[in-house]
Amino acid sequence: MDQPSVQPAPVHAPPQGFLWKYVFSLDHKTIGKQYYGLALVAVFIGMGLSWLMRFHLVWPNKAIPGLELISKVGAPGGVITPEYYLSLLTMHGTLMVFFVLTNAPFAAFGNYFLPIQIGAEDMAFPRFNMMSFWVTFSAFLVLVLAFFIPDGPPISGWTAYAPMSAVGSDAGPGLGWGQNLWAISIALFCAGSLLGALNFIATTIDLRAKGMTFMRMPICTWAWFITSCIALLAFAVLLPACILLILDRTAGTSFFIPSGLVVSDKLQPHSGGSPLLWQHLFWFFGHPEVYIAILPAAGIVSHILINSMRKPLLSAKVIIYSMMSIGFLSYMVWGHHMFLSGMNPVSALAFSFPTLTITIPATLLTLIWIGSLYGANLRLDAASLFALGFISMFVTGGVSGFFLAQPSLDIYLHGTYFVVGHFHMVMGVAAIFGVFSATYFWFGKMTGHMMNETLGRLHFWFTFIGTYCIFMPFHYLGLVGNIRRYSSFVDDFMGPLMPLHKFITIAALITGASQFIFLFNLIYSRFKGPKAPDNPWQATSLEWTVSSPPPWNNFGDKHPIVYHDPYQYGVKGSKGDYIMQDSPEQSTGSA
Amino acid sequence: MSTTPHPQVRASTSAEASHSGVWVGIFAITMSFVAFTSALFVREGTSGDWAHLTLPTILYWNTLALIASSFTLEMSRRSIFVGREFRSGVERAGSGWLIVTLALGLVFVAGQLAAWSQLSAQGLYLATNPNSSFFYVLTAAHALHVLGGILAMAWLVRLRLGRLTTMRRRTFESTAIYWHFMGALWIYLLIILRTKL
Repeated sequence: MDQPSVQPAPVHAPPQGFLWKYVFSLDHKTIGKQYYGLALVAVFIGMGLSWLMRFHLVWPNKAIPGLELISKVGAPGGVITPEYYLSLLTMHGTLMVFFVLTNAPFAAFGNYFLPIQIGAEDMAFPRFNMMSFWVTFSAFLVLVLAFFIPDGPPISGWTAYAPMSAVGSDAGPGLGWGQNLWAISIALFCAGSLLGALNFIATTIDLRAKGMTFMRMPICTWAWFITSCIALLAFAVLLPACILLILDRTAGTSFFIPSGLVVSDKLQPHSGGSPLLWQHLFWFFGHPEVYIAILPAAGIVSHILINSMRKPLLSAKVIIYSMMSIGFLSYMVWGHHMFLSGMNPVSALAFSFPTLTITIPATLLTLIWIGSLYGANLRLDAASLFALGFISMFVTGGVSGFFLAQPSLDIYLHGTYFVVGHFHMVMGVAAIFGVFSATYFWFGKMTGHMMNETLGRLHFWFTFIGTYCIFMPFHYLGLVGNIRRYSSFVDDFMGPLMPLHKFITIAALITGASQFIFLFNLIYSRFKGPKAPDNPWQATSLEWTVSSPPPWNNFGDKHPIVYHDPYQYGVKGSKGDYIMQDSPEQSTGSA
Repeated sequence: MSTTPHPQVRASTSAEASHSGVWVGIFAITMSFVAFTSALFVREGTSGDWAHLTLPTILYWNTLALIASSFTLEMSRRSIFVGREFRSGVERAGSGWLIVTLALGLVFVAGQLAAWSQLSAQGLYLATNPNSSFFYVLTAAHALHVLGGILAMAWLVRLRLGRLTTMRRRTFESTAIYWHFMGALWIYLLIILRTKL
């Protein structure tokens, strides 16, 4: 390989000693794995919480053994109180949205693969990168601490609506120190994410290898780049919101608390604040957050499907421009979360219109994926199955978005399980499918060992069928008026819905249990899996030009030069039906 | 599709990336202050408890110090660089101006602290009324960012005075961009504080 004339100085020295190699590592690959590990811990805690909630919904009087050890007040005798149900709900949402859906598809895989895919030695600012992980990790510890304080975690939901989240312990359990910990944790998380996003953007702009033009970056690199632009704006707004919330809670200010508010028979010593201000600031972050979760998954899935189909997408450019327009539009739609806040109907319409407009780029994405799949000779393995599963979830969850985007329908559906089904499918499960797909695809590169395919496929079918069994009935429950955030329905008009709830709970228990197949596969393959070759999938992008796992400075002492766009599949090259990005050879025709 | 490498893209180091890094950072900080400002506008319109607050005069002196520091930083740049190249033969030139810039930055932060104590002497604390809340929040958030700039400036002084270390042009430029932005942000905030509080 040719060497460029100017040799850039190494970004940092090779790591020495256990502490610098594995704990406070500057290496983007180690940091990526740390984010992955953190997301893995968070997702299993989050899943455990959803099991507890599902169990309580259908057997509200049955004791859960051992739960009393975690909270005597919240679960006396192992039976969850209605308030503790809300605490579990808050923690489930917060852990999943921040520590799983933001960390796994964006921070974990982005950190690991963005620098390699653009031919860089590391991130632009490795120290910031290390800081961003450790700040995020502290945020996680602070949040989880809420389980172990006497008051328990907050009951205000992951959206922490004011004034409930702002007034303090008078408003209910967990709203004293529990809510403080929540607000501090999210403020820390914002700081960590801002550092991370800054690093991603500067790295993509400045550290691309020779020949790596913007349009030669793989689609997933584009997705991480666009996502970091979204994250930069979104977290820069949530951070001030959290600071104002903390001040209202601890310093006696009145940003979010109105005058004359009486809580638990006590007049609150605040005046003139606006609870709606919190909603505006929160959802200005909250809606783009959906795309922070889903766009990296969309990029990853495009990248993996192209490899499995052995042919480029109908148009990579349309995918990239669609992701950009989704990112842009995501800042104009936050009001659709607030249709029920007493908003002027004209404003509601003004938010509804751009929301419906997002379906255009989203549909373009889907059409390109499906159109490219048409007639393709797809290699069906765990990675591509999860990629197809992603498309399925993205479409199913997206279609219910049409209904919710319309104020007149949302007013009926907003407080019901319909919304829960919608966002779990389109944001939660779809993004997680992207993460699974990425794991099966890149595990060999990350650890040097291949994952077990059979277990991977088994995991896919359990998860795919299971998630449909859980979340499809949510839509039906919502249409018949099943209210969300209630801890039990046995004694009221929703009683006849119990058999369906039982079905969902059983599906959730089975689907959740099947995730242990994945966990087993992950741990077993890490140590006992067959050795991964450098390029097991005969792929073209730069991460496959280096050993598995790559050396600390990614490309050794070489500096890759890029000659092609990232998807030279279905051509005649010297190695087969593909030409790698750093190979100077020309295609000699179709394969 | 072309198969020749793109001529304009070249490998660069972390110091090269600091330029983009600082602009991206400025973008994020701007967004945060936009959020604070819109919170202020919403809060002002929400209820009738918006009072008037006379800004302490020292704020204007602080403003002068911060504007002057931008000039001294440019004087330092002129001593260190000719155009885009280092001036040869004068290894520590510009250090004096850098130290003055650093000192003016510290004067600004000390002045902001003095403004706080003047307000609290009038009985205006963080939670007294919405105006004072926003005054403290906005000035504190800005001062924290200025402190970040002061740390970077101290780093430049160290690089300039140290015998064995060299300073990259980009490191200087990135710090300078950030420092000038702190001045611009402060002028924006002063206008908001003056007209809205």
